[in-house]
Amino acid sequence: MSFDFHHFLFQFVPYFALTILFLGCLLRFDRDPYSWRSKSSQLLRKKQLIWGNVLFHVGVLMILAGHAIGLLTPIAVFDALGVSHSAKQMLAIVAGGGAGVIAFVGLTLLIHRRVFDPRIRANTSRADMVVLLMLYAQLILGMLTIPVSLEHLDGHEMVKFMEWAQHIVTFRDGAAEYIRDSALIFKLHITLGMLIFTIFPFTRLVHMLSAPVGYMFRKQYQIVRRRES
Amino acid sequence: MKIRAQIGKVLNLDKCIGCHTCSVTCKNVWTSRKGMEYVWFNNVETKPGIGYPKEWENQDVWNGGWERKTNGKLQPKIGGRWRVLAKIFGNPDMPEIDDYYEPFHFDFDNLQDSGVVKTSPVARPRSLISGERMAKIEWGPNWEELLGTEFESRKRDKNFDDMEKDIYGQFENTFMMYLPRLCEHCLNPTCVAACPSGSIYKREEDGIVLVDQDKCRGWRMCISGCPYKKIYYNWESGKAEKCTFCYPRIENGEPTVCSETCVGRIRYLGVMLYDADRIAEAASTENTEDLYEAQMDIFLDPNDPDIIAQAKKDGIPDNWMEAARKSPVYKMAKEWKVALPLHPEYRTLPMVWYVPPLSPIQNAAQAGKMAMKDDIMPDVKSLRIPVKYLANMLTAGKEEPVINSLERMMAMRHYMRSKHVDGAPDTSILDNVGLTEDMVEDMYRYMAIANYEDRYVIPTGHKEETMDAYGERGSCGFSFGDGCSSHSNNDVDMFGGARTSGGNSGSKKDNRVNTLFTSAD
Repeated sequence: MSFDFHHFLFQFVPYFALTILFLGCLLRFDRDPYSWRSKSSQLLRKKQLIWGNVLFHVGVLMILAGHAIGLLTPIAVFDALGVSHSAKQMLAIVAGGGAGVIAFVGLTLLIHRRVFDPRIRANTSRADMVVLLMLYAQLILGMLTIPVSLEHLDGHEMVKFMEWAQHIVTFRDGAAEYIRDSALIFKLHITLGMLIFTIFPFTRLVHMLSAPVGYMFRKQYQIVRRRES
Repeated sequence: MKIRAQIGKVLNLDKCIGCHTCSVTCKNVWTSRKGMEYVWFNNVETKPGIGYPKEWENQDVWNGGWERKTNGKLQPKIGGRWRVLAKIFGNPDMPEIDDYYEPFHFDFDNLQDSGVVKTSPVARPRSLISGERMAKIEWGPNWEELLGTEFESRKRDKNFDDMEKDIYGQFENTFMMYLPRLCEHCLNPTCVAACPSGSIYKREEDGIVLVDQDKCRGWRMCISGCPYKKIYYNWESGKAEKCTFCYPRIENGEPTVCSETCVGRIRYLGVMLYDADRIAEAASTENTEDLYEAQMDIFLDPNDPDIIAQAKKDGIPDNWMEAARKSPVYKMAKEWKVALPLHPEYRTLPMVWYVPPLSPIQNAAQAGKMAMKDDIMPDVKSLRIPVKYLANMLTAGKEEPVINSLERMMAMRHYMRSKHVDGAPDTSILDNVGLTEDMVEDMYRYMAIANYEDRYVIPTGHKEETMDAYGERGSCGFSFGDGCSSHSNNDVDMFGGARTSGGNSGSKKDNRVNTLFTSAD
């Protein structure tokens, strides 16, 4: 094991990123809840937003779910279920690629709207633009990994990423070594991913943590508040 | 039975002169901020017209309010819980800012700085959203003032339903009235129901509906849910904001700003008691024409000993009961039945009610042929404003309550005229409209004289029961929910937002509006 740049990037940086993500969100939620919002711009321009936003969110939610399940489910579970590595690799390519295209179309519409619509452009903060472009770059990088993955359909490369991710989240040493020999495109994708984690608490991305799933289970429509005592 | 109290409101449209003082004072206090320029918590519309935002009354377009399902249960017209969430990424039922109007300012500086030119310098409009010049101002908060715009556009007014509306486009038959509008602080608000974050709530003690700014995430379903379109999206902060019923004033026993400044003295504020256990039952009344009566049924009589005893149990303070007995709102809505709810068919059980306006007798020139109901009183159907139009607005199309209200007001006028002009009060008319002399004298006192003390009977809130003010001593002052952190000396907000309060912000973003008009093109 060598302590070089690769080790720094894929062994230490993930913890920096996750720490900032967790503490940043906690602090913001506690100190500045007023700033916690989705900051929709639908009121200013509906055009392109409905299609762009729906496609982007549906695509990106599928991608997020795919990454979470695909990377963090213990390999033993897939083995027990009888899902071969090559089958899982194919699934990742097909489903991930499909969702990627959906999200890509949506995000392209949204970025076009944000840059070329005068109303939206005038009300875009630097953080908004950085987030959009980072997500765009990440999406493109993610889709560019598909040709590489097609060269090793047996899934052994994919297993390495699973080992890496699972070692990271379970605080085991040696995570970085699993992906030392992986293709550059994967490493770029992961690095940018960690950067997105890092800026997460400082941008509108936090709204995904408030996804109102609880609404489906709210018993009453009406809410009445008593005076607090 | 569960008794709750609410500060209700009545607007006497018979006396509204359409001066917009309410709108302007409200705006100055609450919505003169970036992101809220297009917002008028209170606005006055000239009817007939499609209003602000465009066609707000047409729920085929906006899907506001509730719908009654075949099983008798209510659900928001935008859909049940799943459908609300399904629309969260792109909300098809939400107006765009152009449906309200694109907020603008004028290049006033040009009038002073233009230099020597051949023609008079002009101040051209500029968008407050994009900062760009606007070729033309297309719409405004009061675009239809005094029947502005062509009838072809105004006749889309939903209150013309089931009417031969085209004749009202002819000059001889045209009519108009003012409709000041604000949040209805409903008993069954759809904005609350539609909010996925659960950030909107009704206050138990006074019924005021508020948005918890810290909990609002900007999912903007409330804007679709509200059939009156009186909850707005602040495009700068990304949060919903609405009429607060000036709760800091109400808590101190003072009228709302719109009421306080009403020069026509048309606004009334008072306590209404209602049975909270019967809200759902009343709101889901099958026939929309019966909703007015259903809501009337859940209002409770503050003079009834049983109600007084139950109210005591339910924790209504004594000064609130005292105020309820003097409530001008109760008198006008319940005792005299001259005030009616605005669009009860939305099933939200609104709490800002309206006295319908009398209007000149049609074809007054042909006075001899005037349709008379009896020897004294003209038939209200011959009034210039069609009864059906008012009924569509105030009673879901049912004409009897509107006729009753108008006749009572005409009877009041006749009675007072006979008393003061003829010197002998003529009570003959009162029986026909179900009034007694005492009632009509009271109506006159409240509706014609309308003294300040009679219009506003607002008990102070009881903050002292729940709040230990000693702990607040020496802490920070007004803030936007971020405690004292907004009072730091940093210009830059770590979390990317422009500072919303604190007054020390020097960031470029905040100053953009102010510098807009001095910068070169």
